[in-house]
Amino acid sequence: MALLNAVLELADDHLILGHRISEWCGHAPMLEEDLALPNMALDMIGTARVLYDYAAKLEGQGRSEDDMAMLRVEREYRNCLLVERPNGDFAQTMLRQLYFATFMEPFWKAALASPDEVIRGVAGKAVKEMAYHIRHAAEWVIRLGDGTEESAAKMQAAVVELHRFTGELFESSAAAVSCEADGILPVRAEMRGEWDRVIGMVFGEALLELPDVPYPQAGGRDGIHGEGLGHLLAEMQYLQRAHPGAEW
Amino acid sequence: MVAVLDHKRAWDAAASVPDPEVPCVNVEELGILRSVDLVDGVAVAKVTPTYSGCPATMAIEMAIEVALREAGFDVRIERVLSPPWTTDWITEAGREKLRAYGIAPPVEASGSVRALFGEVTVACPRCGSEQTEKISEFGSTACKAQYRCLSCAEPFDYFKCI
Repeated sequence: MALLNAVLELADDHLILGHRISEWCGHAPMLEEDLALPNMALDMIGTARVLYDYAAKLEGQGRSEDDMAMLRVEREYRNCLLVERPNGDFAQTMLRQLYFATFMEPFWKAALASPDEVIRGVAGKAVKEMAYHIRHAAEWVIRLGDGTEESAAKMQAAVVELHRFTGELFESSAAAVSCEADGILPVRAEMRGEWDRVIGMVFGEALLELPDVPYPQAGGRDGIHGEGLGHLLAEMQYLQRAHPGAEW
Repeated sequence: MVAVLDHKRAWDAAASVPDPEVPCVNVEELGILRSVDLVDGVAVAKVTPTYSGCPATMAIEMAIEVALREAGFDVRIERVLSPPWTTDWITEAGREKLRAYGIAPPVEASGSVRALFGEVTVACPRCGSEQTEKISEFGSTACKAQYRCLSCAEPFDYFKCI
């Protein structure tokens, strides 16, 4: 049961962020980004699919990966708050991407040593994809941060807006703690050093300042979400709810 | 002897399936067909996905199943995640076909992308020039990046190294 819930947390993180960046498809500021963002969305949704499929098997109640993704309600989602934040402007989108990928890359790298074959399999693919996501997002954060007066201001505003959601990445739910104790999943808090190092390096290049965070935000792992998630799910789940059982 | 011949026939049938997005190479040359075994008269093909979100994965599995059925076998397709596919598994013949098709093959062993701005030198598949530049890390499919040649001025796809 602990593994099921911990797997769902990871699956939800990837599906929700994958959906968020797919919202840029057709709206990105340039053609290359219109290709890049859905590409990264595919990476994350692909990862989520394998994890949902595994979760459904662990649950053993006959639910499918589609049921897991499309028929749960807001309070049942276990994603962290960072990934559900609205896209905002391009600065916010790229920073959210950088924050998440910079956490997931060392996480998946550590998960390569998991005794769980599915986790190891997912990690093997995802670790390489996350390296690309970090590079892509970091390049944009630097370009915008060390850019024009306007882009620098927007980038710094994005940092102020999003940094309070990053602490939750390093917190482990009771389910995750149990899996960490078994060595099946890496200890989230142990990603802190590498995350600080990469973010610090990028922010140094981007001339961005780390903000004080007096009120860190968390609660996603307990199903306590912001208003944005409900809107996201309403859109994402519309087809499946309007046409039950529909398949591509 | 018959079993050996059947096994070879099954392998050849499955291996001949082209990649739906990069049809110049087949699944053997891409290294995504791991094995075809005959188990109790059933051809069991093990297939590995390239990228997590590759939309071609299911199409490839279906195409392999169809190819094996047309060759007269009962079929079971198994998806294998570990160890993960890497571009190192693309055969030499596959790389040459990619280049001839206008896609620069992956140039370095996997793992190199971790360096934050570790750029690699990608030779233009048309004129061979190493004077090229990256336009975008992410191209028309999950497996490709976009480059442009500064010598012959042609844009081209680069098969990303993972």
